Amino acid sequence: MALQDVSGFQDTPMSHMWNTPASLSGSVPFRCDNRHTSLSSLSTSSSPPTRRPFPLSHGTTTLAFVFQGGVIAAADTRASCSGLVACPSAQKILPIHSHLLVTTSGSGADCMLWERILAREIRLYQLRHGRRLSITGSAKLLSHMLHPFKGTDVCVAAILCGWDVEEVRVEEFKGQRVDRMGSGRDDSISPAKRPIEETVMSTSDACSQDDLTDCACERTRHAVTDVDLTRSPVRDRCGPKLFYVCSDGTRLQGELFSVGSGSPYAYGVLDGEVRWSLNEEEAISLAREAVYRATHRDAYSGNCVDLFHITAQGYCRRDREDLREEYHRNRERVLKRGKEESEEDKK
Amino acid sequence: FLLTAIMFAQVYGDNGKMKEYHYSGPVEHRFSPYSFNGGTVLAVAGEDFAIVASDTRLSEGYSIHSRDSPKCYKLTNTTVIGCSGFHGDCLTLTKIIDARLKMYKHSNNKSMTSGAIAAMLSTILYGRRFFPYYVYNIIGGLDEEGKGAVYSFDPVGSYQRDTYKAGGSASAMLQPLLDNQIGFKNMEGVQHLPLNQEKAVQLVKDVFISAAERDVYTGDALRICIVTKEGIKEETVPLRKD
Repeated sequence: MALQDVSGFQDTPMSHMWNTPASLSGSVPFRCDNRHTSLSSLSTSSSPPTRRPFPLSHGTTTLAFVFQGGVIAAADTRASCSGLVACPSAQKILPIHSHLLVTTSGSGADCMLWERILAREIRLYQLRHGRRLSITGSAKLLSHMLHPFKGTDVCVAAILCGWDVEEVRVEEFKGQRVDRMGSGRDDSISPAKRPIEETVMSTSDACSQDDLTDCACERTRHAVTDVDLTRSPVRDRCGPKLFYVCSDGTRLQGELFSVGSGSPYAYGVLDGEVRWSLNEEEAISLAREAVYRATHRDAYSGNCVDLFHITAQGYCRRDREDLREEYHRNRERVLKRGKEESEEDKK
Repeated sequence: FLLTAIMFAQVYGDNGKMKEYHYSGPVEHRFSPYSFNGGTVLAVAGEDFAIVASDTRLSEGYSIHSRDSPKCYKLTNTTVIGCSGFHGDCLTLTKIIDARLKMYKHSNNKSMTSGAIAAMLSTILYGRRFFPYYVYNIIGGLDEEGKGAVYSFDPVGSYQRDTYKAGGSASAMLQPLLDNQIGFKNMEGVQHLPLNQEKAVQLVKDVFISAAERDVYTGDALRICIVTKEGIKEETVPLRKD
């Protein structure tokens, strides 16, 4: 990533060795719809591969953790490209549906496109099978889609953060109308076979925040009515989930992850403070603090912080906050503390 | 830029002192399918207009191939794309985009919107992830609501909607200037006035004059395309020819 650039590691694509019989037909630039075959045919064509004359963007700080109130995901917004800030307001946390977010790290184009592909595949699964793919399933799907590109310089390190919702079918509730837990920005599915009724809730991404502590969302949270969660069979099939998926094949479930060049600094802040029993304001301010400290020390992270909070009702987004102000506030706090300590010493 | 860096490395070596100028053995020079032809592109989005501007110099190494090779290409009545980098890839990419636009028009009976063109370009560029088009693209146009939109790309397809963006050889010099003048960044206590069309065009001209002063690959002439709901207007302004 950014460390790679700094240490001068040569960024050449490795020779592509695998041959898939289906892919030996020449790739026509027009046929970009069937992306898998066109990409794998590319990987078998030229050898030795050509060196790219330009650098790709890398370097970031993203983090996510689970606590009793849901999942918090936070990231900085700087997209850097070998020493130049390509974009000071990139968006690194992309919502896939109302209960799944993906944080992106690694090469910007790879992350953007692969998450688009993942969103498409999850939606297709939902249309074909009449139910939403679980977070575990989504992580496995992304990992398996990235596997053919292992060894090439596709670089995707994503944290899938979400809340698995146990679905309740109408027939279990005999006449009671059940509102399914929000279908996010996708349109309502109308599968011919399953008689699940659902209402589509309108979504708007922005969530206005008055101050640090109050998560007062103007956007309507998806209403949960008439659903009795204690009836759902397996407790740990639903609830908050966090998966780390990497293009080298790693797929890990966990409760705290931080990815990117600024992750060591973020881990330092988070490892000391994250507990299951945090309340919402503490968790939000902790995530913000971790990103702020990482952007302060890591050159490749910076600008603003994006914060998302996922609960059973869906995700809620805080306004993007510029960390420049935070730096000044922090300096004042340090100066005030210094003054108070010197006054105490005098006494 | 790339070639001067290579030549610098060959003459000066690693520690900055001049290298010994003698034959040290055979050196393998690989054929590179890429070459850098210079040029700068800029796009600014306003309330109801968008401006895409580029210089018209086509260079390679120490030579100038042409002084009249603009880098803005008109795609539809509401969208203009600026491509700089390797000229061969720019030409092919614009041909491919034109063909895809025609196919879309014939099957859907309407022109592609700016946002749709941006998404399509992203997938076209990523389709060549392992042998990329060496082109820095910026699309400027009007979105469905008639507001100005600028989409900036990296060579492999990552894109983002912006208010203003500079790309190409002088982009590192122009982007901070635009951040200051249009984004009002790094200025304290300044009223944020919205940009009107005349001020934006004048700003673009000034900015390119500065770029031509300091970047060797930018100069000769400036081609400005102004996109409004009435259509696309083109203006050419001379720049330094040295």
